[in-house]
Amino acid sequence: MATLHSRSAARAMMAPAVFLLLVWMLVPLTMTLWFSFKRYLPLRGGDLGWTGFDNYVRFVTSSAFWPSVQATLLIVGGVLLITVLVGVLLALLLDQPMWGQGVVRILVIAPFFVMPTVSALVWKNMFMDPVNGLFAHLSKFFGLAPLEWLSQAPLFSITLIVSWQWLPFATLILLTALQSLDREQLEAGEMDGAPPLARFLHIVLPHLAQAITIVVLIQTIFLLSIFAEIFVTTQGSFGTRTLTYLIFQRVLESQNVGLGSAGGVYAIILANIVALFLMRIVGRNLDA
Amino acid sequence: MARAVTHQRKTLNTAIAWGIGLLIFFPVLWTILTSFKTEAQAIADPPVFFFFDWTLENYAVVQERSDYMRYLLNSVIIAGVSTVLGIVVAVPAAWSMAFVPSRRTKDILLWMLSTKMLPAVGVLYPIYLIFIELELLDTRTGLVIVMMLINLPIIVWMLYTYFREIPGEILEAARMDGASLREEILYVLTPMAVPGIASTLLLNFILAWNEAFWTLNLTAAKAGPLTAFIASYSSPEGLFYAKLSAASTMAIAPILILGWFSQKQLVRGLTFGAVK
Repeated sequence: MATLHSRSAARAMMAPAVFLLLVWMLVPLTMTLWFSFKRYLPLRGGDLGWTGFDNYVRFVTSSAFWPSVQATLLIVGGVLLITVLVGVLLALLLDQPMWGQGVVRILVIAPFFVMPTVSALVWKNMFMDPVNGLFAHLSKFFGLAPLEWLSQAPLFSITLIVSWQWLPFATLILLTALQSLDREQLEAGEMDGAPPLARFLHIVLPHLAQAITIVVLIQTIFLLSIFAEIFVTTQGSFGTRTLTYLIFQRVLESQNVGLGSAGGVYAIILANIVALFLMRIVGRNLDA
Repeated sequence: MARAVTHQRKTLNTAIAWGIGLLIFFPVLWTILTSFKTEAQAIADPPVFFFFDWTLENYAVVQERSDYMRYLLNSVIIAGVSTVLGIVVAVPAAWSMAFVPSRRTKDILLWMLSTKMLPAVGVLYPIYLIFIELELLDTRTGLVIVMMLINLPIIVWMLYTYFREIPGEILEAARMDGASLREEILYVLTPMAVPGIASTLLLNFILAWNEAFWTLNLTAAKAGPLTAFIASYSSPEGLFYAKLSAASTMAIAPILILGWFSQKQLVRGLTFGAVK
């Protein structure tokens, strides 16, 4: 149906968006690649020439690298585990008949709309502070010594904060998926005498598989680059320096741009591996 | 309904769900409550919940001392202008992809999505450098541009999924009736596209409002939005809970309200149409 005329018009309509994103992607990316092969210290001599893969080697052999990979994996893994497990349970619960379902939904979703700096600061000061925080009051009430959350259990604390932020996202998506489940199938299972757990494992869970995959992939991409939550709580100390935070410190704090850029390239590769899986699912849905 | 739900079961569901809902919401509730307390009541042990001397003093102090209004204005301008600009660029693109799809449409859509996956920290220094060169550091213009670009893929995607739901037959009918392309767009398509555009606007406004990587790294006192304003409470002001709470409440209240309207769009917008 589309004529030659409408084709070229369509191309023209797409052009601005494509052009902007192309520039936005290619220019900084090229610069990062460029810097990553240079010894570049803006505050200490500037551009000191090409160094080949030196920065790439130094980034992974520095003493900060493996701990940062570990911190990243623990935080991302922990948050994924908590949000998916609790999210599935919560979605199952919210799918049940109850009074005031709409209000409960609103309560559960609220954390997603709280800006990261607010949630990090509120948790850090008003809940996790070892003197005046609510958790300290609570542990004193039970006769326990208050925990210094962010220095004694720093990774767990950050995982907790970030999980609180992302639980609504997981829950909402899983709930949406759950609501598209064919009720008759469940009822048939029930009539055949399948116990609730079997119905969940054989009917509900397979139905949720795609939604869970999507939650995991999208959250991974966002979680790999959490920043504000660390920036306002521990500033990367106590072993909470994630890969993102390490690169940030190399680039802006110690102004070792070459080294930081090499780290950036690693981060981009890592994110792209995850993105590849996500795109495959999204692409498949596009055809449907 | 084949299955009768017992009254008892429903009551139990309700109790558990409300309990968990309130637990998850509690940090937000606690922040709002604390913002109306005095500093002494805010750190009282045992904590006071509702029975304290409600005061608005913290809000007055925060406004006065930290120039809240300027940060608020920055947030509104950065999130608002970037979203509107993004929509202006994205509508024609999403439009043509939805109504005149070609073999490459899918690839272009997926490629756009892939730019969203680029970790910000990987291009932090280049952007920083460009901002210095173009004197955009700590300006609203700079932030508007960055925010527009990082949200553009989501905007295009959301609009695309909405536009695709508009039946093509209606267009053909309009054409048969002799409508010109301009009339077709103005009188037939636009009214049907408005709800989708509004939803897209809403969700992306929220995302831009809460963005906290670029705003923290590219702004200071002049163009900083509310995310940066709150980060400045990190210490030592953060230890004044009542004031921290008042500042936080003012930063999140507008978005909490908007957010409640956008639950449905959230799923569509952030899963790129993969979950409906």
